[in-house]
Amino acid sequence: MVTSRTASYTKTAIALHWLIFALIACGFTLGHYMVDLPLSPLKLKYFSWHKWLGVTVFMFAVARIIWRLTHPVPPFPAGMPAWQKATAGASHIMLYILIIMIPLSGWLYSSAAGVPTVYLGLIPLPDLLGKDKPLSRFLEEVHEILNDGLAVMVAIHVAAALKHHFIDRDGVLRRMLPFLKSREPS
Amino acid sequence: MMRWWMIPALAAVLSANAAATEQNIIYGKSRVGCASRQMGVPVEAEFKQFSAHIDFNPAQPEAAKIQIEIGTGSFEFDPEIDDEVRGRLWLDAHDFPQARFVSSRVRALGGDRYEANGTLSIKGTSDEIVVPFTHQSDTDGSVYEGTFTISRLHYNIGEGKWKDTDTVADNVQIKFRFVTTAPVAQKK
Repeated sequence: MVTSRTASYTKTAIALHWLIFALIACGFTLGHYMVDLPLSPLKLKYFSWHKWLGVTVFMFAVARIIWRLTHPVPPFPAGMPAWQKATAGASHIMLYILIIMIPLSGWLYSSAAGVPTVYLGLIPLPDLLGKDKPLSRFLEEVHEILNDGLAVMVAIHVAAALKHHFIDRDGVLRRMLPFLKSREPS
Repeated sequence: MMRWWMIPALAAVLSANAAATEQNIIYGKSRVGCASRQMGVPVEAEFKQFSAHIDFNPAQPEAAKIQIEIGTGSFEFDPEIDDEVRGRLWLDAHDFPQARFVSSRVRALGGDRYEANGTLSIKGTSDEIVVPFTHQSDTDGSVYEGTFTISRLHYNIGEGKWKDTDTVADNVQIKFRFVTTAPVAQKK
């Protein structure tokens, strides 16, 4: 049935998906850029902005997971092999886990480094960890490795979406990009 | 009549007198730190090297003499930050290795609270400041604790690009805690 194959995500789910993507793209790029800068007032500003982006991603991600759990998602295309459905499901769960874990690891890393996080320079977040240098170095590594993992997962996610759109022509990408021109065989 | 063998005894008496109020600092339990705000975020650092000479008797606070020296090169927060803060634009530990406070007048404020007027010298700038502190003691010794605020820009701490106080606030709190053994004369 055509409707079930092309049924889109809700507008809220689409908005949250792309908003979170944009925020992560900014935070990821800024994070990679700022760490190698020599110490300057600007670098300190970038660190604060990076943390604010992370806190924002975390809040939207929580909202998105709640939305996802309370709103059904469109089903997979009928002809999709079972292993692809399983892989898609697993990779989506993996993406959610990383999107939550990365801001958390950054926040804990910052606490352990002795720099509390003050959201937008206004709202202090609690410090779950006291200043602890070896722990902060470890959490820095964790934050970095999780980000590398996210980069890999996003690459797979994008590749799969493009495969669905250009090779399978099954309308999967249009569920998240409703304005995209259909490539489905009529 | 003075005999040569009296000299050690005399010296012992004199040093006992000198030690009547000058107290030995227990450095392992004492701390000197500073706190500031960076992009609205409270951050605290420590000075690992300092020396304190505290000659204080609560019965005669006005006779007190306090001198504190802080090794500016011992600023410790995070390796990347430390190099910068010990450097020329901030504390300039190379040319100004010591920050110093020398009291000129100490007075009691009631209870365990006191106030020391004195001269604070950092990075070639000296200024008269007032340092409030508390003094608590028992038979084991004394604890002196206090916090005062300075303007870092007044002492040229954070020059050039760091003058921007939106990033690092101008106000810096200096926090100290000196733990001493009891003065010899007060020991029973």
